[in-house]
Amino acid sequence: MTAKPHLDGAHARRLLGQMIRIRLFEEKCAELYTRGKIRGFLHLYIGEEANAVGVMEALTADDSVVSTYREHGHALARGIAMGPLMAEMYGKANGTSGGRGGSMHVFDRATRFYGGNAIVGGGLPLSVGLGLAERMRSGRGAAVCLFGEGAVAEGEFHESLNLAALWKLPVLFVCENNLYAMGSAIERTESETDIHRKAEAYRIASQRVDGMDVVAVEAATRAALEHLRAGEGPQFLECRTYRFRAHSMFDAQLYRDKSEVERWKERDPIKRFADWSVAARLLHKTDIADLEKAAAVEVDQAVAFAEAGDWESVADLGKFVLMDKVPA
Amino acid sequence: MTAAPLKITYREAVKQAIREALARDPRVFLMGEDIGRYGGCYAVTKGLLQEFGEERIRDTPLSESAFVGAGIGAAMAGLRPIVEVMTVNFSLLALDQIVNNAATIPHMSGGQFAVPLVIRMATGAGRQLAAQHSHSLEGWYAHIPGLKILAPATLEDARGMLWSALQDPNPVLIFEHVNLYNMEGELPSDAGAVPIEGAALRRQGRDLSIVTYGASLHKALAAAKQLAGQGIEAEVIDLRCLRPLDDATITASIARTRRALIVDEGWRSGGISAEIGMRIAEQSFYDLDAPPMRLCGAEVPIPYPKHLEDAAIPQIETIISAATSLVRPS
Ligand SMILES: Cc1ncc(C[n+]2csc(CCOP(=O)(O)OP(=O)(O)O)c2C)c(N)n1
Repeated sequence: MTAKPHLDGAHARRLLGQMIRIRLFEEKCAELYTRGKIRGFLHLYIGEEANAVGVMEALTADDSVVSTYREHGHALARGIAMGPLMAEMYGKANGTSGGRGGSMHVFDRATRFYGGNAIVGGGLPLSVGLGLAERMRSGRGAAVCLFGEGAVAEGEFHESLNLAALWKLPVLFVCENNLYAMGSAIERTESETDIHRKAEAYRIASQRVDGMDVVAVEAATRAALEHLRAGEGPQFLECRTYRFRAHSMFDAQLYRDKSEVERWKERDPIKRFADWSVAARLLHKTDIADLEKAAAVEVDQAVAFAEAGDWESVADLGKFVLMDKVPA
Repeated sequence: MTAAPLKITYREAVKQAIREALARDPRVFLMGEDIGRYGGCYAVTKGLLQEFGEERIRDTPLSESAFVGAGIGAAMAGLRPIVEVMTVNFSLLALDQIVNNAATIPHMSGGQFAVPLVIRMATGAGRQLAAQHSHSLEGWYAHIPGLKILAPATLEDARGMLWSALQDPNPVLIFEHVNLYNMEGELPSDAGAVPIEGAALRRQGRDLSIVTYGASLHKALAAAKQLAGQGIEAEVIDLRCLRPLDDATITASIARTRRALIVDEGWRSGGISAEIGMRIAEQSFYDLDAPPMRLCGAEVPIPYPKHLEDAAIPQIETIISAATSLVRPS
C-alpha cells in the first residue's frame, strides 16, 4: 500500500482543474460582491486552494465533511455543483441551502457536507459525533473536519481532540494554518505556535504539510486516511498555507505587510502546480488554457443559474425551524 | 385492561424510560458525565452500564461542548442519542452547540438535516447546592426557536415523555427538577409514551388559574388544597412543555376563572413568566377581572442556607398569599 498518489496526466488535470475552478469562482464572487449581488460576510479562499483540492481528492463518498465559513473551495472540491453554490451566495431558493445560509453556511446532504459553520471551532464537536455514528454503525467513512488555526485557541478544539482520541474515532482533523485569525498573527495568540504538537499532546498522529502543494496535501491525506481506516483512531493534518486576500470584504489588512503577501504569492499553489505539471510533461500549456476556459464558462453558467433563481417566498420564512420528519 | 399500578419514584420512572428506549431502538445510546460507572450524579442511570454495555452507555470527559456537539453530529448522521448534562448550570458550557448548531442547522440548511437529539438535565433549587447548581434556566432555552423544551412534573410524564421526544425530529431538552427525583407515587406497570405537546389541567377550580410547571406544580397543588379550605377554588395548569407553549389551555382556563397567577422558580425579569403574562395580556385581556400576577424566584443567585434558599423561590405559603390577594384584594 502506498500513500503517494500516482500522478498521471488525468490526475494532474483534475487537481489543477479543481484549483482553477475554485479560484475563478471566488474571483467572480469578489466582483459580484462589489456589485451588491452577494452580501453579508464573504471570506475568500484564494491562495489556499491546494488544501481543499488535495484533501477532497483523497475522500470517498462514504466520508463526511465539516467546514467553516471559508468553505467555497471545500464545497466545490467535494463535488457540490457550482450553480447551486453560486445561487447560495446570492441567497436564492435554488442555492444549496435554499439560500438560507449564504456564503458561510453551505450544506449538502448528497455529498455529506455538514455545513459551513460560522462559529470558530463550532464544527469540531459535530465531526466527533459524525465519527462516533460511523463507528457505532461499523461504517467505513471518515469524518473530515476543516478549520483554521484560530480555532485552536477555542475550548471546543481541545475537548473534541481529546474525545475523538479517547474513543479512537475515525475523525480527520485538518487545520488550515494561514497564520492569521482575522488580524491576529498566530504568535500573538498561541503560546505554542507549533499546532501539530498540540495534536500530539492528545496522542493523535499528526503531520505538518505544505499547504501550498496540492500533491503533498493529497499524499498526506491519503496516508492519514489509511491509518484512520485501519482503526487507528483520529488523525491530524496541519496545512501551512496563506490567504492572499483580506479576511473578509471588510478588512483593510492593517496587520500585515504587503511584501509578506507578495512573498507568499510567489508560492501560488495554482501557478506552482501548473508549472510543475508542464515541466514534468504531465500537462501541456494548452491543457492549462483549456482548463481556464472551461472554468470560466462554468462560472458564467453558475452566475446565470443564480440570476435565474427565485427568492424563497416570505411565506416560507418559518419553514424548517421545526422539522416534520427526519429527511430520509 | 390496565395493568396494576406500581409504586415508583420519579428517578426510577426516568430510568425505565431510558431503559425502554435502549431496548426498543438500536440507534439510541446514552452519553454524559459519570452516567456509567458512577451511575449518574442523580443516580438516574444506575445499572444501565451493566445492562447495555460501554458502547451504548458512554461515560464522557468533562467536555460539555464536545459531547453535546457530538450528540448533535451523531443525530444528524442518523443515530438517536440521549445526552445527559449533569445540571442546567453546566449546560452553559454547551450553549454554543445547543443554540448555534442544534437550533439553527435544520433551518439554515434549508431542511436538509434534522437534529433528532434529546438532552436531559437537572434543574432547579431545593437541595442547598448554592448558586452554581440550583438555577432554573429552562426559560432561557424556551426563548430559542428550533428547540422543544419539556418539563416533566409527574411520574407519568417522567416515564412517558422520553420516548416521544426520541420520535421527534427536532432537538428536545428535558428538564428534570432535582426535587422531584425522590418523589414517589403510583404508575401503571404498562405506562408508556405520552404526547410532548400541550399543557395539562391538574386541578379544576373556578376562582383563579395557577399556571406553573416542574417542581412548582406540586407546591401549587398543595396550595390549592389549602386555598379550598378558605373557599378559594384554584385551577392548576401544568405547562409540561415550555416551548411551544400551549396558549389554548391557558386562555380557556382564564375564560372560566378570570384570574391568572403564574408560578415559576426562574427569575422574574425577562423570564418565561413574563412571556406567559404577555400572552395572557394579548389573548385574555377582556376575560380578566384582575391584572395577571406572577410569583417568581427572587432576583438573586440562589444561596446555600436552607432558610435563604427557601426564601428565594416560590413556596406553598407564598403561593397561597399571592392567590388570596389576587382573588380577594384588600
Ligand atoms: C466563536 C467566534 N469568535 C469570533 C468569531 C469572529 N471571527 C470570524 S473568523 C475569525 C478568525 C478565525 O481565524 P481562523 O480560525 O484562523 O480561520 P481563517 O479565517 O483564517 O480561515 C474570527 C475571530 C467567530 N466567528 N466565532
